[in-house]
Amino acid sequence: MRDPLKPLAMALMAIVLAIAPLFLNAYYVDVLNSIGLYALLALGLNLILGEAGLFNMGHAAFYAMGAYTAAVLNTRYQIPILWTLPLSGLAAGLFALAVARPVVHLRGDYLLIVTIGVGEIVRIALVNDVFGITGGANGIFGISRPTVFGFVIRQPQHFYYLIWGFVALTIFLFYRLKKSRFGRALNYLREDEVAAEGSGVNTAYYKLAVFGLGAAWAGMAGTLFAAKMTIISPESFSFWESVVLFMIVILGGAGNMAGVLLAAFLVIGLPELFREFSSARMLVFGLVMMIMMIVRPQGLLPARGR
Amino acid sequence: MDLLTLHHLTKTFGGLTAVKDVSFTVEKGAVVGLIGPNGAGKTTVFNLITGQYPFDQGEITFADVRLNGLRTHRIITLGIARTFQNIRLFQKLTALENVLAGRHYRMQSGILSAMLGLPAQRREEQEAMERALEELAFVGLDQQALTMARNLAYGDQRRLEIARALATEPRLLILDEPAGGMNEQETGALIGLIGRIQQRGVTILLIEHDMRLVMRACEKLIVLEYGGKIAEGPPDQVRRDPKVIEAYLGAEDEP
Repeated sequence: MRDPLKPLAMALMAIVLAIAPLFLNAYYVDVLNSIGLYALLALGLNLILGEAGLFNMGHAAFYAMGAYTAAVLNTRYQIPILWTLPLSGLAAGLFALAVARPVVHLRGDYLLIVTIGVGEIVRIALVNDVFGITGGANGIFGISRPTVFGFVIRQPQHFYYLIWGFVALTIFLFYRLKKSRFGRALNYLREDEVAAEGSGVNTAYYKLAVFGLGAAWAGMAGTLFAAKMTIISPESFSFWESVVLFMIVILGGAGNMAGVLLAAFLVIGLPELFREFSSARMLVFGLVMMIMMIVRPQGLLPARGR
Repeated sequence: MDLLTLHHLTKTFGGLTAVKDVSFTVEKGAVVGLIGPNGAGKTTVFNLITGQYPFDQGEITFADVRLNGLRTHRIITLGIARTFQNIRLFQKLTALENVLAGRHYRMQSGILSAMLGLPAQRREEQEAMERALEELAFVGLDQQALTMARNLAYGDQRRLEIARALATEPRLLILDEPAGGMNEQETGALIGLIGRIQQRGVTILLIEHDMRLVMRACEKLIVLEYGGKIAEGPPDQVRRDPKVIEAYLGAEDEP
């Protein structure tokens, strides 16, 4: 924080991002929109994985919960898509609380395996058209365009400001959270659970709360995704999505929001830029991951120096 | 008045009886030492008091509240704080953040008030910060407030753990080998610190192998061997107890 260049760099970044759509064609704006959605998801996962140290590799399940809640409410009950934002967040958050309640006491790798299971169960349930409302493998289509004060959002440029506006709001809120009693409690949990409990921190409560909060954010990102695509199907919420999000948080530097954003740009943006190299790009991508973990296991921008 | 009472406490791990029918009391305002050879069950007794694991038989009461079956963080909020034998600090957090952990349950604000930055939340943060700095100053670590815990010297880490425990405003402070790994000078300073904590009206129960510290700081000693209590009383009396000498102290003519 003492580095005087840091706020300047951040302000510059914000300005570049704010005017970027004016200079980019629709394709690149759409890439930036994808990056924004992944950034939102990764920021939520960062609370769980980076701040609290709980291994969650099923984040796509909460993303799906939010997207499907929004889609069902919109297509069946004609609720305007953006109005479903808090409801999808709530649905995903409550779902996370329900599934995390019995398993959240598990440590590290065990929790990881359970969350992978949760992610797969949700995806397969969607494919099999649970309760007859998810549309099976075809998914749900005909989701209406979002409107803001009568203005219909349809072009990538418009979605760009919706998504990145939400990212900016998220960063602002999560930054405050990080510097609070709640944020510190998550760090105590990550550093030493026994010592945290022994200092009067209700560790069971905070584990659940952070799962609920991170999932609620994934749910809201799901709404934005549904609004942007107008069609959603189970294949958008595969295990691979959870893996990518996990990777973004670890690669960026668990617990550091700037690192998470940077990693979202690299992990989502770079493969798009090198699309013409087709299959070779995934090879390079895999290699870069391996080298990163060997040379810089603490991530690109670690939470604390050293 | 008795602040803490252990009543016929028994704990077994599989076939091993770690604590066997142990009863003792800690009087309000006292400094009480729990001593005994390695493996006598001292740390297990501490872990039972703070609810780390449940015990099989017996009862623990603290200020007339029954602690049986309460979770650790609940017991802490009742006014018991502890340190650990093998120092359990939040290694990658600053000394200040470590002490703020002790302020945690004295604070109220949650997710929403933090996100919105409500005035009450800001005030609370400010107060917690000031209080934590006071505790750091009390143990002499105010200059290292922003140092990462793992970069502190060993003796400083022990003192930081005490500051974190004191930040909970405990009535009873449980110290597990506070002088472990300290040199003579540091131990001397620790005895002074224990005295100052006692002056604040905090009752102290400690495990310690350093006999100079135990004899100088404690008003009462409880001696454990093989999980059972073999002696209890003032240091001078315990030191002359033949059972204790045989079990633990070995040489009669220790300083």
